[in-house]
Amino acid sequence: MSKIHRNGFLALAVSSALGLSSFAQADVLIGVAGPMTGANAAFGEQFWRGASQAAEDINAAGGVNGEKIKLIRADDACEPKQAVAVANRLVDSDKVVGVVGHFCSSSTIPASEVYDEAGIISITPGSTNPQVTERGFNAEFRMCGRDDQQGIVAGDYIVDQLKAQKVAIIHDKDTYGQGLADATRAQLNKRGVKEVLYEGLTRGEKDFNALVTKVRSSGAEVVYFGGLHAEAGPLVRQMREQGVTAKFVSGDGIVTDELVTTAGGAQYVNGVLMTFGADPRLLPDGKAVIEKFRANGYEPEGYTLYSYASVQALAAAFNGAGSTDGEEAAEWLKQNSVKTVMGEKSWDQKGDLKVSDYVMYQWGPDGKYKQL
Amino acid sequence: METARGMRLRLLGTCPVRFIRLVLSCSLASLTVHLFPLRENLIVDGIFLQQLINGLTLGSVYGLIAIGYTMVYGIIGMINFAHGDVYMVSAYLAAIGIALLSFFGFESFPFIIFGTLLFTIAVTGMYGYAIERIAYKPLRNSTRLAPLISAIGMSLILQNYVQISQGARQQGIPTMLDGALRFHIGEGFVQLTYTKLFIIVASIAGMLILTYIIKYTRLGRMCRATQQDRKMAQILGINTDRVISYVFVIGAAMAALAGVLITLNYGTFDFNAGFIIGIKAFTAAVLGGIGSLPGAMLGGIILGVAEAQFSGLVNSDFKDVFAFSLLVTIMIFRPQGLLGKPQVAKV
Repeated sequence: MSKIHRNGFLALAVSSALGLSSFAQADVLIGVAGPMTGANAAFGEQFWRGASQAAEDINAAGGVNGEKIKLIRADDACEPKQAVAVANRLVDSDKVVGVVGHFCSSSTIPASEVYDEAGIISITPGSTNPQVTERGFNAEFRMCGRDDQQGIVAGDYIVDQLKAQKVAIIHDKDTYGQGLADATRAQLNKRGVKEVLYEGLTRGEKDFNALVTKVRSSGAEVVYFGGLHAEAGPLVRQMREQGVTAKFVSGDGIVTDELVTTAGGAQYVNGVLMTFGADPRLLPDGKAVIEKFRANGYEPEGYTLYSYASVQALAAAFNGAGSTDGEEAAEWLKQNSVKTVMGEKSWDQKGDLKVSDYVMYQWGPDGKYKQL
Repeated sequence: METARGMRLRLLGTCPVRFIRLVLSCSLASLTVHLFPLRENLIVDGIFLQQLINGLTLGSVYGLIAIGYTMVYGIIGMINFAHGDVYMVSAYLAAIGIALLSFFGFESFPFIIFGTLLFTIAVTGMYGYAIERIAYKPLRNSTRLAPLISAIGMSLILQNYVQISQGARQQGIPTMLDGALRFHIGEGFVQLTYTKLFIIVASIAGMLILTYIIKYTRLGRMCRATQQDRKMAQILGINTDRVISYVFVIGAAMAALAGVLITLNYGTFDFNAGFIIGIKAFTAAVLGGIGSLPGAMLGGIILGVAEAQFSGLVNSDFKDVFAFSLLVTIMIFRPQGLLGKPQVAKV
């Protein structure tokens, strides 16, 4: 299987290198872009697993307009510069007709400009920063909610359920992390809770002890973190080590079981709360697909099914429009709804989901998360 | 100090470079004072003490890694950019060591740690030796910039090698040493985990052993002789190539100690982990005076404590700005670093 794949890839590379696109045109090429390496590679794997399974299933059911979907893997390592480079590669040398990606909002935003210029439809399974769809691009969609919605849910939960008056807000100074932290802060302030601390940490560092001591002295009952699991794990561990018992609340950047690894054990993530879209694994629509993942020994956690659904949406748009033209496919997607593994989805004129449903999850002592 | 100030006043207006230097240092110094909101009970404050502990643990680890930079610079005058990645490799080795020992059924913490330390130091030392042999020795008599470039290449090779062989994901080990000491001070308290205590003790022990080796052993004398004048040492019958290899092994061993300690404390690392900490350790080496062993230790601790106290008292967003401003300020007044010897041009 992998050998065939590699040969196909090689042939593709050769044909595109020679400028003979006769082979390439026989397939519908879709790029899957995300952090395949680096600290956030766990999310890249979720993207790739989900998209691969979707392509396999769609091809088995007849493909797109009679042609097979072929996925091109693109690694941005969650770095904006690399994201633009791989976006250009996907457009210029791989000649994809659609893109599923990227993951980090700070990558999606610059990369989508490349896709927009080339007139290619792109859909991100996981970038939640509002700016992704606020720049007037016609063919930019997302399969997830927005941080301004996520922040409202988190803010309300902190006020209504946790009844906290003292909230410390920490972010990672990145487009996604700080954007989410700001959205939550805005909602908290609106509900009359003023944060006792608002500070950033540096992505890639592991020692947040100084910040944790500061959180402790601020007397915060709740710590809200806008960022990813690579920093969230050490942060929550160091809080517990210094005797800070405040509730730890975060967003969709920590939905991977690697959080347990980065925190150094399930005892540290026990009780951690996070907002994320209602668990697609609980919906009846995806039952058969989820069984397939589990049969292969992979739990479709986090953004796996979002990525699956993104490929489904692209395939539906190409089928519906009868072509792989970005403009036509985008127009179709805005007019029609798609039956996906995550239920029936439809998009507004900006490319946001018409309905997105953030809910609160909690990590348990077994190192697994459950919808509350 | 007095004469330096007099000199600056005298040269004020005549020399623009010195004037800029004066203005820069004054503004940095006043900024520092301005940003620190002094509290009445600053010293006995529990928070202050907690931040001191945070800074000491972080700083002693910086110091351990800085030793590798400073020793190599001292002996062959090059900056070993691959050193941060040697630390990264040692973090992986530490996790492998712990996994192996647990696999073979060893459960007592002191035994596992001791075994892991030995294993990690030995294998990382081999890495240090091999890196020097492959990347630097063939370039010994070329231009000064050549080994610098091959060091950058070595750093990329190590990163990519680990990324390919171990995967790009975050790796981690479960917590080994649970529990903490708690001291009540005034209204607050200070919490010191056993792991942190172990880090401080182990790095002090490591530094003492190293100091002993350099000061009192034959190997140490050879190192110092080679550092002072390589050609002369060679004439006197010292195999300087071998001494240089030893220095790389010692530097790698110190990085290995840091790797085990950091892995114990934070429990998580990836193939890119050497980058930030390598830069910080290099900064510490320069701060303390590159080429000076006690300077590296002092520089590491100053950097760690400064970062922690600044985050605690002012804002953690700008802790790196503060740490590097501190470096700039010290460099202005002591270009050779805190404990470094001024460069004397050899004729």
